[in-house]
Amino acid sequence: MNDAQEALDIELEVNGEHVRRRVEARRSLADFLRQDLGLTGTHLGCEHGACGACTVRVDGAIARSCLMLAVQADGARIETIEGLSDAGAIAELQNAFVLANALQCGYCTPGMLIAAQALLEADPQPSRDRIREFLAGNYCRCTGYQSIVDAVASVAAHRAARGPR
Amino acid sequence: MKAPRFAYARPATLEGALALLAAHGEEARVLAGGQSLVAMLNLRVAAPRVLVDINRVPGLGEVALGESCVRIGALARHAELERSELVARHLPLLARAVRHIAHPAIRNRGTFGGSCALADPAAELPACALALGAKLVLRGARGERRVAAGEFFRGLYETALEAGELLVAAEFPLPGPASASAFGELARRHGDYALVGLAAYAQRDGPALRDVRLAFFGVADRPVLAARAAAVLEGRRVDEATLARAVAALDLEPRGDLHASAATRRRLAGVLLERVVKELAQ
Repeated sequence: MNDAQEALDIELEVNGEHVRRRVEARRSLADFLRQDLGLTGTHLGCEHGACGACTVRVDGAIARSCLMLAVQADGARIETIEGLSDAGAIAELQNAFVLANALQCGYCTPGMLIAAQALLEADPQPSRDRIREFLAGNYCRCTGYQSIVDAVASVAAHRAARGPR
Repeated sequence: MKAPRFAYARPATLEGALALLAAHGEEARVLAGGQSLVAMLNLRVAAPRVLVDINRVPGLGEVALGESCVRIGALARHAELERSELVARHLPLLARAVRHIAHPAIRNRGTFGGSCALADPAAELPACALALGAKLVLRGARGERRVAAGEFFRGLYETALEAGELLVAAEFPLPGPASASAFGELARRHGDYALVGLAAYAQRDGPALRDVRLAFFGVADRPVLAARAAAVLEGRRVDEATLARAVAALDLEPRGDLHASAATRRRLAGVLLERVVKELAQ
């Protein structure tokens, strides 16, 4: 791929499924997921990396899908809220969000859940300050964050009480 | 908004990348982590005709210990610097600073070289490069050259990089056993660009500091060394009186903007100087 092109063929894995598409170079990964694959659980808030609503996992690490081009995901393994929900990977967090009233309009929720999952993977017992710091990159305009921090802290506490599985 | 149209190339070798940059000159932009560039494309602040994606160029992401320096590859991600034992041991200032850059999802993609090549005046890593006396390694079709951080950062988003040149790495001199560093920044929210920040380095000589370098960021069009304040501290024991004189000698002329007035920034620079230099002396 040594010549510059305005449209390219890409192959990647999205939520465990092999995907091949031709995409415009200017297409963001977020728009590719939403418009080309119909995976509209990835939300777009600001489109410049500030709000975190478009957070997905790229090769296991969280990233802003509005700040990645679809062509850059060629060969990558992408996980979106749809895949993580269907796999049950974030079921505990989803239940905790409901119980704690950690969402109202729900626009930030997919990104918030994916970020919270990444936090608990890196740090299974985060302090409230650590939860706040980690989630500072995900904006919520409804809840005032208290209930989101409560929900994440409650999952950590339940897991600690239950012990390692 | 959505990015404007552009052509995209993903060279598999450094030579390929340099050839593309040479061919397209000013019309090309280098895409590394994309955490600023893609946002600028989406906002249509940037509209290059060609993007040269260097993410698949092998070897550009290495962090390696040399005989007299630590070499940080341009594609080293902030998250990798955060986790690197080598960085923690030899360049603790960098390890401290990267945790202040934006948020985890951004740090997973954003790169050391991208931060330096963009040269945002409020960015952490350019100030660290300045404080630690790093040299930036630039490669072009005609060969390689090294530019000291103090000469590399030329102004607002302006560097010594010429059209067709690629920043490939930075070389940080290995700090000696008596060297100390400290870092601080003040921002309205965690992860925001700093209103004022300070990356500091010195040699400890008993209770005194020597070779003091205070690199402030967010206070000018580029990271700047507060030379007069450093001269006050040079060779002296750090006590309240010396700190007060160093603060009084701060010759920064920050500009006011949406986020803080010039007076606020000057005041905060003094607050940071006290905090960071106290830590430097401990």
